[in-house]
Amino acid sequence: MSETQNTFRLDGIAIEFSAGDTLMDAALRAGAYIPHLCHNPEFTPHGSCRVCLVDIGGRQVSACTQPAAAGLEVDNSSDTIVTARRHLLQMLFVEGNHVCPGCEKSGACQLQAVAYYTGMLAPHYTHFFPRRAVDASHPDTAIDFNRCILCELCVRASHDIDHKDVFSIGGRGLRSHLTINSSSGKLGDSTFAVTDKAARVCPVGAILPKHRGYKQPIGERLYDRQPINIVGDVAAHKSGDPGDEYGG
Amino acid sequence: MTQDEIIQSIIAATGNTDRSLLLQILIQIQQRLSYIPGDAITQLAARLQLPEADIRGVIGFYSFLQEQARGDYDILLSDSITDHMLGSRRLLQQLCETLGVQAGVPRADGRVTVDTTACTGICDQGPALLVNGQVVSQLDAERIEHICKLIESATDTAQWPAKFFQISDNIRRRDLLLADETATASPAGSALHALLGSDADAMLAVIEQSDLRGRGGAGFYTGKKWRYCKQANAATRYVVCNADEGEPGTFKDRVLLNRYADSVFEGMTLCAGVIGARQGYLYLRGEYRYLLEPLQRVLQQRRDNGLLGARILGQDGFDFDIDIHLGAGAYICGEESSLIESLEGKRGIPRNRPPFPVTHGYRNRPTVVNNVETFMAAAKIAALGADWFRHAGTPESTGTKLLSISGDCARPGIYEYPFGVTIKQVLDDCGATDTQAVQIAGAAGTTLPLANAGRRIAFEDVSTGGSFMIFNQDRPLVDMVQNFAHFFFHESCGFCTPCRVGGALLKDLIDKLVNGHATQYDIAEMKQISTLMQQASHCGLGSTAPNPVLDLLHRFPQLVADRLAHSGYEPAFDLDAALQDARDISGRDDPGAHIGRHS
Repeated sequence: MSETQNTFRLDGIAIEFSAGDTLMDAALRAGAYIPHLCHNPEFTPHGSCRVCLVDIGGRQVSACTQPAAAGLEVDNSSDTIVTARRHLLQMLFVEGNHVCPGCEKSGACQLQAVAYYTGMLAPHYTHFFPRRAVDASHPDTAIDFNRCILCELCVRASHDIDHKDVFSIGGRGLRSHLTINSSSGKLGDSTFAVTDKAARVCPVGAILPKHRGYKQPIGERLYDRQPINIVGDVAAHKSGDPGDEYGG
Repeated sequence: MTQDEIIQSIIAATGNTDRSLLLQILIQIQQRLSYIPGDAITQLAARLQLPEADIRGVIGFYSFLQEQARGDYDILLSDSITDHMLGSRRLLQQLCETLGVQAGVPRADGRVTVDTTACTGICDQGPALLVNGQVVSQLDAERIEHICKLIESATDTAQWPAKFFQISDNIRRRDLLLADETATASPAGSALHALLGSDADAMLAVIEQSDLRGRGGAGFYTGKKWRYCKQANAATRYVVCNADEGEPGTFKDRVLLNRYADSVFEGMTLCAGVIGARQGYLYLRGEYRYLLEPLQRVLQQRRDNGLLGARILGQDGFDFDIDIHLGAGAYICGEESSLIESLEGKRGIPRNRPPFPVTHGYRNRPTVVNNVETFMAAAKIAALGADWFRHAGTPESTGTKLLSISGDCARPGIYEYPFGVTIKQVLDDCGATDTQAVQIAGAAGTTLPLANAGRRIAFEDVSTGGSFMIFNQDRPLVDMVQNFAHFFFHESCGFCTPCRVGGALLKDLIDKLVNGHATQYDIAEMKQISTLMQQASHCGLGSTAPNPVLDLLHRFPQLVADRLAHSGYEPAFDLDAALQDARDISGRDDPGAHIGRHS
């Protein structure tokens, strides 16, 4: 096959793709980094965080949902695109309560790592400071809704792989929120187990394992050592071994 | 019946256990009990084999579904800008004060809840409200007082004066579609006779030759849509009529479904015959629930006349029927993929596209989704020919368009014009004098000053699904923009970041402008957030939501400048207002209890 039949260009670099690939699929396989939060190659593309915004001939699309096509010229790094991503990240930061210095996920959080990668220095917008309770009812796992970015990876993992439907989304608009399927609405009363796939897909610090807080010191974690464009998603580094929780 | 018996009878009445019925069941329970009790959720979860959290997620998505009891009378006042212009805010205050309630909070005795809702589609005879789902139009202080008395005396709404519930069609100008009121030129069945007189391919060619384009506003060629669907490789196809007319200021579908439903259903049946579908759905917005029974009667009449059901017009293999599904207060469901999700009983989150509904629509099968007016036009074209239709309009926008005209004019109502009509012509015909601006295509549309009245209604110039709102010189346009910003904030589905968060930020900035605290910095912020929403949103709601803000900033800079605070920077919060709680507690309101008001 000639180059034009099965390749597109990402910032001028030829990327091969197969039938049915999205731009993101092909880029990930080629080792090219397109920033993203709600995407995880193990699950059906979602397209909600919009951080993987790229430009094709003046039209902006999410790389995780856009089918690859021969000959496309995809802009992944212009000022316009990087600025748009930075603003999207800032919006996520002010929507929830993200206090990096006090967060157990710091250094292994994709939101934080992508923010560093795009050069975000401050949240910029007015904070919403929502009041959200923490759910510590489960013996092995805590949920801090303050940090949830509505990527729905836990919803998808619990449905597609665990077949438990522990997580769901309630409300609408800015009141959209993660919900738990149990009589009390608490994780402790659900069928959730720490061994579930849903326990290991959260890209931020919303779903956290208990009993091992700060076991791996901040400063030595995945994104403390190398930037996200080199090491990729935190979920891909979790082996299931508690000592390896944050890619240690 | 006890509450439990009511729930059980509604659940038992559903023939199967398909989740696509979930929303319809929830609407019925809400209607009977004024809320969805926890027991009902548990029973439904068992019956439909769904997680309870999923069912709660559906309830939480639709404005008309509630988990807390609303009481015997659930009142929702239409909160569109045209209602405001007719004095609805004052009437809301009167309603709340007379009944002794706070907006949105059920009265302690369980009698009544008063709240607001998005445009109810009664803009030509507002202000309007919904009481237990029934529309009351032409509100004034006297009518509100009467309503309060009826509520206090616990009078069943069935006993309320009939004139409260009267909705006029207000058809002011007729052209191709509405000309033939007596239906003699194209009686019921004539499109289907024309179809059977030729064949599906020939009929599709006629629709294509007419160059009919979608009347919802997007303007996709109807014939092309039907052809894509027909060509998709599948055994089952669906026809869906989008009657979720939620764009503020539009009400043409209300009138078409009230008076021309037969023709709309004929168009759907024609489409089914062309593409090979056996099942169709009319998705009717919850605000138009009062049309449900009349529409079902029209469907039954068509079945009785052999125009719907098995062997239509005696033709073997021509089987098609139509069900009506109700919406429940979600503007986003007017977006076709959200509408399909809602038809499947889910939260109305727009799907990722591609694939498009013509190949992967309802139940993942090829589906044609068209607007009410589009189906009616298709039926007429089938009966009267492509040339009859093409004769009117412009080369790029053939035929006519129904405009829903409201706001500052002498004769609000439905006006049918050939495409290409100037805005000035429309303003003259409806008796608009002293016009400052028109808002065309609703909250997501465009704001044009009178200086642009020479522009034309057409896909190639000013495109609209039908909404046409008029604002006089003395109307503060920033109020309109504020109303729309709040509308989009309320109606964002919450799926994608730019619309969910950006829409909230934009709303707060517009409030800041209206309150006189905005600065040039805030204007720059509005532009930046608007641009991001346009470029990055998941669907059309998010990408069009900033339109009124940008139009205001670009076309009416003086109106914005007049509202700006003089300082270079003002904080997002009002320090003095933040002290109100403390003042309330201490009972003080003297100058010393305020900040920044000493001088």
